[in-house]
Formats: sequence, C-alpha cells, structure tokens
Amino acid sequence: MEKYIGEYLLPGQLGHFFIILSLVASLVATIAYFMDVRTVRLNPGTTFSPWRTLARGAFITEVISVISIFAILFYIIHNHRFEYYYAWKHSNLSLEFKYLLACFWEGQEGSFLLWSFWHCLLGLVVIKTAKSWESSVMTIISGAQFALATMVLGIFFFGSKIGTNPFILLRDTEGFLNNPDFRVNGDLSGPIMNNYLSHIVDGNGLNPLLQNRWMVIHPPVLFLGFASTLIPFAFALAGLWTRRISEWINQALPWALFSLAVFGVGIMMGAWWAYESLNFGGYWAWDPVENASLVPWLILAAGIHTLLIYKHSGYSLRSTYLFLVLTFIFVLYSTFLTRSGILGESSVHAFTDLGMNVQLFLFLYGFVWLAPILAANTFNKRIITLFSAAVLGLACYFLNISWLPLIAMLGGVITFMVFVFQQVPSVKKEEEGSSREFWMFIGSLVFFLSAMVIIFKTSLPVFNKLFGINTAAPEDVEYSYNQIQVLVAVIIGLLTGATQYLRYRNTPTKMFWKKMALPLILSIIASALVLAFGKVNYTQKGLGFEMEIWLAVAASVYAIIANAGYIWIGMRGKLNLSGGSVAHLGFGLVLLGILLSSAKKEVLSYNTSGIAVSFGEKSDQKPGENLTLVKGMTMKMGKYDVTYRGDSLHPKKPTQRYFRIDFRQRETGEQFTLWPDAFINDKENALMSSPDARHYLSHDVFVYVSSMPDPGKNTDTSKFVSHVRSVGDTIFYSKGYIILEDLAGADNIPLDKLSPKDSAYTATLHVHSFARQGDYKRNLLLVKPFDKPSYAEPDTVMAEGLILRLDDLNGGKANIGVRESDNVLEYVTLKAYKFPFIGVLWGGIVITAFGTFMSMARRIRLNRAARNKTEAAAGS
Amino acid sequence: MKKIHIILLVAIAAAVAVLVSFLQATSTYDTVATARSKPGKFVHLMASWDKGSPLQYDAINNPNFLSFTAIDTLGEKVKVIYNNPKPENFEQAPRLVMKGKYVNGVFECSNIQTKCPSKYKEEAGSNNTQTTQAGSNGAQPASTRTISELSK
Repeated sequence: MEKYIGEYLLPGQLGHFFIILSLVASLVATIAYFMDVRTVRLNPGTTFSPWRTLARGAFITEVISVISIFAILFYIIHNHRFEYYYAWKHSNLSLEFKYLLACFWEGQEGSFLLWSFWHCLLGLVVIKTAKSWESSVMTIISGAQFALATMVLGIFFFGSKIGTNPFILLRDTEGFLNNPDFRVNGDLSGPIMNNYLSHIVDGNGLNPLLQNRWMVIHPPVLFLGFASTLIPFAFALAGLWTRRISEWINQALPWALFSLAVFGVGIMMGAWWAYESLNFGGYWAWDPVENASLVPWLILAAGIHTLLIYKHSGYSLRSTYLFLVLTFIFVLYSTFLTRSGILGESSVHAFTDLGMNVQLFLFLYGFVWLAPILAANTFNKRIITLFSAAVLGLACYFLNISWLPLIAMLGGVITFMVFVFQQVPSVKKEEEGSSREFWMFIGSLVFFLSAMVIIFKTSLPVFNKLFGINTAAPEDVEYSYNQIQVLVAVIIGLLTGATQYLRYRNTPTKMFWKKMALPLILSIIASALVLAFGKVNYTQKGLGFEMEIWLAVAASVYAIIANAGYIWIGMRGKLNLSGGSVAHLGFGLVLLGILLSSAKKEVLSYNTSGIAVSFGEKSDQKPGENLTLVKGMTMKMGKYDVTYRGDSLHPKKPTQRYFRIDFRQRETGEQFTLWPDAFINDKENALMSSPDARHYLSHDVFVYVSSMPDPGKNTDTSKFVSHVRSVGDTIFYSKGYIILEDLAGADNIPLDKLSPKDSAYTATLHVHSFARQGDYKRNLLLVKPFDKPSYAEPDTVMAEGLILRLDDLNGGKANIGVRESDNVLEYVTLKAYKFPFIGVLWGGIVITAFGTFMSMARRIRLNRAARNKTEAAAGS
Repeated sequence: MKKIHIILLVAIAAAVAVLVSFLQATSTYDTVATARSKPGKFVHLMASWDKGSPLQYDAINNPNFLSFTAIDTLGEKVKVIYNNPKPENFEQAPRLVMKGKYVNGVFECSNIQTKCPSKYKEEAGSNNTQTTQAGSNGAQPASTRTISELSK
C-alpha cells in the first residue's frame, strides 16, 4: 500500500469500524427486542425474556458507536484534517470554533448522524422509563436506527451505493482523481503525488450564509424535534402490535408534548435564521423546505388534541392513531423531499441529490408499510400485507411506471387505516354539540386538512415527476398559501379561545356564557382598538383578503385574551394546571405576530431620491423599492436620514464585509447604526448579503444590501483636484464645465452645535454637462469652527460621477475640490423594511413552548402518581 | 348521519375545492418560444444570460432597473426587464429561472432565481478543480486578494 505524506488515517479507520458496528448493533437490537416481544407474548405470565438483555446490550453498543462516530468526525473537522473529504468540503482554516459544529451538519451525512444521535438519547430514556412498553417501542426505534445507519454506510451492494460515508478520503473522490494537478508529472495516468496534502492549503469552507449562530443551534433542535416524533409513532404502533389498544396513550402523551414544543421551536429557529441571514425579506417564505417541516408539526398538534379527547371522553382514538403515525411518515416524506434533490427549481435551499434517492424512498416506504404490518390483527393479514408491500416495492423499482410509487404509498396508508378501523373500537354515541371534544376535534381536523393542503402544494415538483407534467408555482406563491391559511387562522383562533371554556361531554349553555362573557367583551373591545388604531391596511390583494386579515386579527386577540382569562376563570390562577392555556395564549400571540408583521410590513427604501432617471423604456410605475446610497451622502428613507459611512472587514474572515449605515430619525433625532453585511463567496466571487435589524418593542427596522459595486472593478484611485477660482470663473472637467456662481458667508445654517463664533461659507456652483446636456446646481458648505479644524461637506452630482467640495476660502477666492470618479463611486444599494410587532411572534413562540413543557411536566407527574398508586395497590 | 360526519365531508370538500383552484392558478415552466406564444400569461422562463448582448444596470442612477438578453437552451433570445437590483450572483449563475410575463416584445420579470451551484450545496466534486488548483500553486485564492485590496 502506498504512503502519502501527512495523512492520518487512524480516525477514519476507527470511524469506518464504528459505522459498521452501529449498523450491526442496531440490527441486533431490533431483532432481539422483536424476539423479546414475541417470547413474552407466547409465554403468558412472563414479563421478561433473556432476549431483552441482549437487546439492551446491543442498543447501548449502538449508542456508544454513534457517539464515537460523532466524536471522530468532529475531531477530523476540528483539526482540519483535509485528507478527509468531509472536512475539506465543509470547513476551512479560518472558520471560528463555534461554526465547526455548523460544518458538521451542513452535509447530509452529518445531519443523519445528528438525527441518529438524538434517537440514541431518546432510546435510552425509553429503556429507563417505558416498563412493559420497552421492547415493543424499542423494536421500532432500533429499526429506525438501522435505517439511519445505512444512510452513512457508503458501501456498494450489488452495484448500487448504500449511503454516503463521512470518512471517505479526499484522494478517493472523483473530483480529486480527475485533477491532473495531483498526479506525478501532471498526467492523469500517473500515480497520485505522495505529498499531495502539502498542496491542499485550505478547505472548501462553510457556506457563508450558514455562518450564523442560529445555524449552530437550529439543526440540533430541529432534528431533536424530528427524532422525537418517532416515539409517539412507536407507541401507537406498539399499542396495535401488542393489542393494548389504548394503554399506551398516557405514556405517549408527554413524549408527544415534548416533541411538539421542541419541533416547533426548531422550526422557528430556522425562521429566525432566515430572518437574520437571508435576504428574502422575512422569516417565512412558504419555501418547500419550510413547509416540509411545518406539515408534520401541524399533524402532531392535531394528534395531541385527539389524544386528549380520547383520554377524557373516549372519542377519537382512531384519528389519534392516524395522526400520530402520519406525523412520523411526513417527517420521513420531508426528509425525502429535501434530500432527494427533487425540489430542484422550486426551493432555494434544499440539499442536492447525493444519488441516494432509492434509499431515501425505501426509508419512507418501509415505515409507511411498517404501520399496517404491525397493525394487522391476524397472522395471515400480517403476512399478506408484508408480501404485498414487498411486491409493490419491487414493482416500483423494476417496472418503470411513474405513478406506481404514489399508489404504493397511499396503499400503505389506506391499509393501515383499514386495520385501525378493525382493531380500534369507537364510541357509537354522537358527541354533544356543546361538548369540548366536539370542537377540539373540529380544530384538529382543520389543522390536519390545512397540513394536507400545504403538502399538496409543496409536492408540485413530485407530481411533475410522477405524471410527467410541467406545472410551476402560481404567480404569487406566498399569497396562494396565505389566502387559505388566514382562514385557518380565523377558525383556529376562535376555537383556541372558546374550547377551553367548554366541558367534556356537554356544557350547560348558561354556565358557558357566564364564564365567557367577560373575555368575549374584552376581546371585542381590544380587537376593535387594534384594528382602529393599528392601521392594519393590507390592500394589495383586495378588500376580501383585507377583511379576512381583520377577522384573523380579531380571532387571535380573542385567543390571547380568552386563554389568559381561563387561567383565572377556569383554573383559578393555578399555573401548574394551566400549561394548555399558557401554550394556547402563546399560540394566539404567534398568530397575531404573524398577521401584524406580515400585513403591516412596509418598504422603507422607496427610491425617492429623485435621481432615478427615466430610462424611457418601461420604467416601472411604482417607485423602485431599493435605494442607492453614495458613501458619505445623506439620503431620506422613510422617517430616517440614512448615510452610508463606510465598511469594515471581519477581523478573521477577510471575505465578510460590514457596511456601516447610520440612521437618524428626523422627528425624534434618535440615531443608530446598522451593519448589514455581505460575503464574497470565494469560489464564485459572488456576493451574498445578510441583513441587520434594529429591534424595538413595536417593530424592527430591517436592512440588507441588495446591490453593491463589483469589487473587482472597484479600485478607486481618483482624488480631489483643487482649483482656486473667483466668482464667475469656470472649471472644466472631462464631461462638461462648472461655473462658480456665488460665494457667501452663511449665518443661519441649520446645523447642530454651531455656535455664533463659528463661521460658515457656501459656494454656489452651476454644473453643465456636455454629455447629458443637463444643468445641475450645487451649494457647497464649508464650516470653520473657531476652535476646531474646518470641515467641508462634499456634494455629488451622481449622474456625472462628480464629487465637489469647498476646501477653503481666502481673499474672495475659493479653493474648490473636484473629484471625478467614473464608475468608482463607493455606493451601496439597500432594501429596508419595517417589520412591526415581530417581537410578538418570537415572544409567542417562547410562551407556546413554555406552556407545552408545563403540560408535559404535569403529565409526567400524573403518570408517575398513577403508577405509584397501582404499585401500592398491587403490593397491599 | 352524525354532525361530525357532515362537518368532515364539508371540510374535506372545502380542502379539495382549495386544491382544485390552486391547480388552476399554477403556471408552467417555459422556453422563450412558448413564453412568447402566450403573451401576458405568467410563466417561469428557464434560460440563461446571453453574455454576448449588452447588460444595462446602473446602480447609482437607478438601482431598480436591470435589462439584459436571455437565451434558452434552444438558442432563442428575448430581452428581459427586471425592476429590481441585479441578483447578487447573476453573472455566475449558469441558469436563471425568471418569473414573469412576455409583454410587448420584452419579458417583464418580477423575480429572478439564480441557480448558482454553490447556493446551498454543490454537486459532489463539481468545483474541486478550482479550489484545489488555487491550492496547488500555493497562492491565495484570487477573490481573497480582491477583498484585501478593498479593505485599504
């Protein structure tokens, strides 16, 4: 074997070893847990078999392997071992420590590992707490772990590649092998140079847009959300499998609540990242990647509500099964969407195809059919289901029928629904219209259907592929979602507010109105005030949509007030019981924050400078939404005077450039500075910009760079050339001439901090351009404070690339500085927004999560108390 | 029939209605020729910037006006007008997805999506050559130099 100088191969070999070990261990754990379930069932009276010991050992081995893989890969990235492709591709030397983790999960392999890591931790908790559910639930978790382990395997199996391995060496990759620079004599047929590593001075680096603090924390939280949806899924299937149709719900409930909170926070951290570092002007763009994670969250929320309905009233157990199972299925579907490259044109931030589509499809397909296989109530049905799943799967692979995969997936879900209907009893009696469960179910149904509508729209690229059609998103994508979801917000807002005031089974009308009256009146007053003084005037889409927004605002205000009220009216202020109300209150704030910030979002940077020359052809009717600032020149932007002062570079990363933009509120005199930044992408020499925002209680001022001079051309060498002239004299410049028309001492100049002892002068210049046949007038100001050096305010004739300055004044003669900087003016084009009440949204998220955790803690306490009681009863 | 079943049916019918109306509102991916054949209709034009034709963009005078010629894979050309700043990596994008309408001989574009290979994740191995070459002659990458010059 050949030796290459500088390579350190041990970590990679260990990594490979642990990958294989984790694959084997998870398979052993799956089989052993399965056998334990089987053995215990076949021997009534027993609760334990030796298989379980083996299974636990295997799962713990799996945990150790995954943690080792994690640690080794991090070691490789942290030590910049560029002989490993993953480190070379995702990191570089100048990267700050905190972003090394972001490199870790930038790649598909790292994010699969992250997911697997969370399954490990959650699995340990299940082993510790699940008691009689351990084996059945852990069979499913271990199975999922096995599927994830194959994703990072990177071996060839009958000619097809399974997984991509994070420990692959750079010199084994195609790009490297096809590069003659690394061959002896620069010839592709020659051997690789044994000192090739010395030519690799730096890695590829992390995409600058991902160099953001939220990218360090958002993926772990989101993947914990993803991972935790597996647990309610596993409990539901374990319930069907072991024929304990309803006993699992008490244990699954805290898990589902945990998942809901973490998943929701994870999604919104991503939204926050988009708000902070992407320049599509907001936190949510209905991008397929965002939708794909929102959809399972919505279904999970529906599932938790139907679960609570069942717990308190006996209704809705079937829907609970369906929702909790579909939650995880849609997590897998979103994995497929974002990682298979199928989104292509329709998303700006999906992963690209790593050639694993068959495997990703199998991952989804396997779990879709696992549900009916476990739900089947007889052995024969189970075998037939397994067989049909296998046949359909093979048919999808070998017969090239494009719509078959869709049918195969739907077949799995429908079979599952049929089996659930057969196994799970339902209450024949109809729910009362005045009962809590009735309206909770309506809410869950609306959530679920809203999720289905969103995923259908998001799946357009999939339908294109399946049916060979050519549809693209409608003209206004965001509106196509908003117009529907705003109605969902109305319904959900109203239900969220009212339903808690209803009792399970039925509610006496009088009692309901007695409690409801005060919150209702307050809400009507409050929403009337918000709508009257809040100026929620979103007229772009017509009156109908505007009225829908008003309704939704009123509904969310009602949700907030009614839930806050319920903590006192319903719970008498007992906060430990009020997790649900707190979460719903938070959710009301989320809705209100979304509505206000979106409907009242204003463009601040309308191009009102007057410089915009009409181009004759097709200049837009509305003023452009972007404003160009020339360095040092103050422009008006909304209520602000803004000045581009200059830029500075990040101390460690020379590619990151911050623009200093000074703002001054004209009315209040308030001043602040924003630093939107732009990255120069090394590889493309292209600009990517990230916004900066000034946060207020009531709104954010949000600015990003939408254009700037091409840095390649921008080598400004021009200087001020001084001309000493008397009044009436002429100065020539390359494109025309300038006449000094007047010189005057100025007394009442509206400048701050100018004392009577200071003197100021103005020079009036008339600029005539030959090229444009245009005339411009400029007044130049020179201030000579008595105790400080004098300063001149330059003025610019931008169309001419001219900068003028009155440098000095002596004996009736003016010294005028003229600078011509054609094409080299330092400028930056900005887009600025005002986002009102965005804080309400973020605050609402925190409160929702907090309330959900409160509920979770309460459910865990209740479960524990119930268990102690049964144990005590069994003991006595 | 139970109340809940009626509501279920109504809700599902509403969802289906929403989806049907959504499908009618969808647009299509088009080439220059097909976009031209349906003037005034909103389409997604897939083409690239024809570097042989002049590009008009003057950020100082009007940052909200960009005009250039797009060429599709069939070689058809069309003049494009875009009332927004030039997208950041416009020059580098191998392909543009332009959303807009063909009106009066020009393609009026409301959104340009630049499909840049490195926008998020590049194809494995696609840009190895560039960076490793910069590494192999031991020099700093060109763009880093430009920026350090800028900082002066």
